[in-house]
This record gives sequence, structure tokens and C-alpha cells, in this order.
Amino acid sequence: MKNLFRIIIFAATSLVLLVPHACAAQGGEKKIRIGVEGAYPPFSYMGVDGKLMGFDIDIANALCKEMKADCTLLQQDFDGMIPSLLARKIDAVIASMSITEERKRSVEFSDKYYQTPGRFVAKVGSTLEVTAAGLSGKRIGVQRTTIHDRFATATFPKSEIVRYTKQDDVFLDLIAGRLDGVVVDSVAAAQGFLKTPGGKGYAFSGPAFNDPKFFGVGAGIAVRKADTDLRDQLNAAIKSIRTNGVYKKIQDKYFDFDVYAESAPSGKKK
Amino acid sequence: MNFEAINESLPLYFGGTLTTLKLLVVSLVAGLAVALPLGVMRASPKAWLSRPAWCFTYVIRGTPMLVQLFLIYYGLAQFEWMRESIFWLWFKSAWFCAMLAFAVNTCAYTTEIIAGAIKATHAGELEAARSMGMSRRTVLWRILLPSALRRALPAYSNEAIMMLHGTSLASVVTLVDLTGAAREMNSRFYLPFEAFVTAGVFYLALTFILVGAFRAAENRWLIHLKPRQ
Repeated sequence: MKNLFRIIIFAATSLVLLVPHACAAQGGEKKIRIGVEGAYPPFSYMGVDGKLMGFDIDIANALCKEMKADCTLLQQDFDGMIPSLLARKIDAVIASMSITEERKRSVEFSDKYYQTPGRFVAKVGSTLEVTAAGLSGKRIGVQRTTIHDRFATATFPKSEIVRYTKQDDVFLDLIAGRLDGVVVDSVAAAQGFLKTPGGKGYAFSGPAFNDPKFFGVGAGIAVRKADTDLRDQLNAAIKSIRTNGVYKKIQDKYFDFDVYAESAPSGKKK
Repeated sequence: MNFEAINESLPLYFGGTLTTLKLLVVSLVAGLAVALPLGVMRASPKAWLSRPAWCFTYVIRGTPMLVQLFLIYYGLAQFEWMRESIFWLWFKSAWFCAMLAFAVNTCAYTTEIIAGAIKATHAGELEAARSMGMSRRTVLWRILLPSALRRALPAYSNEAIMMLHGTSLASVVTLVDLTGAAREMNSRFYLPFEAFVTAGVFYLALTFILVGAFRAAENRWLIHLKPRQ
């Protein structure tokens, strides 16, 4: 009994001691916990050594260096990003998250850090017409809660939309023949799937999707609504890596084209 | 608590409940049907009968159900020959893969439960039966199994409840069960608390029904072992 008491008192005091510590970490010092995904190549994935790599990760590190912040990258599933952010488990999301009106109701976004359209991916020589009627009754894979999920759900109401937690799993089931097609970010598909051995025999089909109603104005960094300071710092950091050449260096590491879509006026079709 | 969002998502949860129940009933029935002969084998004193059953339960109970589900759903799909065989008609469906994984899993645990109950049968019961001149087969059907299965009921009710909760893994292979419904709602409203609490309430209600059903079964078939009052 006495022991139990001791344990309870110990637990209670450690809780009391922990709380102000946690507050301090969030307040004054520039400690930023960043949510990343780790299963969305080439933007975010695990290397063979289990280390996080990819465009998002490099951008995150570059921005942190620019802001002189002490950042921790926390890997988690995409559908848990906004809840974690709101629950203060992370302070920013750098996970190729598109800036959309819907998300803006719950979180604040930085300026975009890249912008790419969505595409439909199917078997080479697929005769499916990428329209609501053409895909009627077909199984279309998407990653849950992504803009592609929203877009496909709204655009192909007669199709069966199959939702996955990870983009990698969507491609696995496409190869397995459980899906007739996939709606996905064009670059994630090109680099993360079509250029890999597994993506042999698959290709883009139909037009590029970039209706700003679903696809927003590019991918941004999500922060809590109250954290406007952090947003402004991130914006400044994005601007400076854009001008000082760091961004270009990172971009060239992964892509042979302009992933920022500088020429595209935000919100308009390219 | 945002009750409006919960209210709006209720149809999703009812659909999810149906999926969860289908998965549960099919896997429990199939698992139990196979577990009966396996349990008898497992309890047999003959090594050539008990070893294979032991092997099966050891492998299945020794690996997490999630791993088994991944192996069946994504793992098998990796092989070209699998995708071209006639089995693919079944393995293509997430339903079949989930039911297979769950049925095999509950089958292994139920086998052990039944085998345990058989081994715990009072020797006097069997002696009495043999001395009445019953054949081995008659002893098995008339004495051993009825008494063992009754005694297995409390442990089996636990297994059924664990299975109900185990079906929540179905949402990782794209099925929208109760947990899948919660994920769906969470992704629509970004309200994880409301989403998962609602799923929890549904699971509680289902567990309540299961517990009640097993209590009724125990009162019917296990009344002779109830402590006297």
C-alpha cells in the first residue's frame, strides 16, 4: 500500500514537473516538431538504412537551417497529420499537403513550396475513358484524405473509390490488379511508381487535374491557426531558399523539371 | 463534442457495424468448424495426430494477426503465378483475405481452447463411459465433446470478444468496418476524438450483446458447474 502511494505521488509530481517544461518547449525557444510522412516517394520516404529521405525532408531541413530552429522530424500517417497538429503533438506539417479551402478552415498554411497536378494512372493501353461515365463501376484507388481522394470522390461518383492509408499501398493494389486505376499526384506517380520496376506497364491516362477547387494552389506547410509567427518565419525561409539557390539544389536532386511551377499564377490552370 | 458531425456520419457507422458483424460471424463460424476436429487432434495422445495441430496453432498464435493479414492481402499479390491462378478470384477481394486471416487466427486459438477443455475432462467420466461398454467413437461424441465444449464456453466467449476487436484490422485492407468508418469520419471532419469515441461506443454495444449471448449460453449448458448458492 505504502509503495502504491509512493508511486502515485511520484507520478503526480513528475506530471506537474513535466507540464511547464512542455509549455516552454512550445513557447519561447525555436523548437519545432515537424510531421512528415515517409511513404510518399520521391517527396518523403525511407532509405534502405531506415532514414527519412526525399524532397519534403530536404526542404524541411533547409527551412529549419534557414530559421536557425531546432527541428525534430516525426513520421506519421497522412490522415493523422491535421489531428496531430491540432492536438499539439507536432507544430508543422511538411508532407506535400496541398493548400485547400477545406483544410484552411482547420489550419493555417504557409505559401506554397511546390505545385504539381494530379493524374490518373492505369495499365498501358487501358481503354478506360477518364470521365465519370467512363469510370462508372470501376475501382479507383486513392490515398485517404488527400486532395486526390476528395477530387475522385466528387468527380467519379459512379466509381468505387477505394481508400488507403499509404500511397505505396495504392500502387501495390494497382499492380495486384485489385484496382482499375489510381488518382494520384503526377510527380509522386512518375518518380515513385512509373520509373520504378514495379511501375512497368503502367502509364498516365487522361488529362492533368488541377481544378483549384480540389487541388488548391500548391503544397504548403500547415501550422496551427494561432501560430502566425511560425507561418511568417516559414514564409520568409521559403522565400530565402528560393532566392539563395538552396531550393534549386534540392529540386535538381530529385526532379529534372521546375517543381515549384513559378510561371503558374496561383489558383489558375497551368 | 461535435454531435452534428457524429450525427451526419451515423450512416457510415451503421454500414461499418454491418461489415464488422459479417467479418465476425463468418470468421467465428468457419474458425470453430475447423477448430473442432483440430482440437480433438491436438488433444490426442498420438503424436502423428497432435503434432500437426500443434504446429498449426504454434505458427498462427506465434505471429500477429496484422502480419498474417498483410501476408495474405499484399504478400500473396506480389507473385505473378498467384495473380494468374484461379485462386486469385478469391484473393483479389479484400473481403476474402480479411475473412481468411481472421478465421485462421480464431481457429488456432479455438483449437487450443477446445484441446485444453478435452484434456481437462475428469478421468472418471471417461472410465465410467468405457465401463458401460461405449466404443471410442461413442465416448467422443456422447461424453467427451459435449462435456468439453460446455467447459470451453467461458474461454470461448473471451475469444469471440477478442475477435470482435480483432476485426478492426480490416480497415487496413480498405474495408470500411467500424474502425474504417471512424477513420473516414476523422478524415472528413478532422475530429479524431468524436470519430473514435463513436466507434468505441458501437464496439461496446456489440460486446454487450456478445457477453449477454454467452451468459445465456452458459446458463443453458453450463448450469451444472455453477457454484451452489
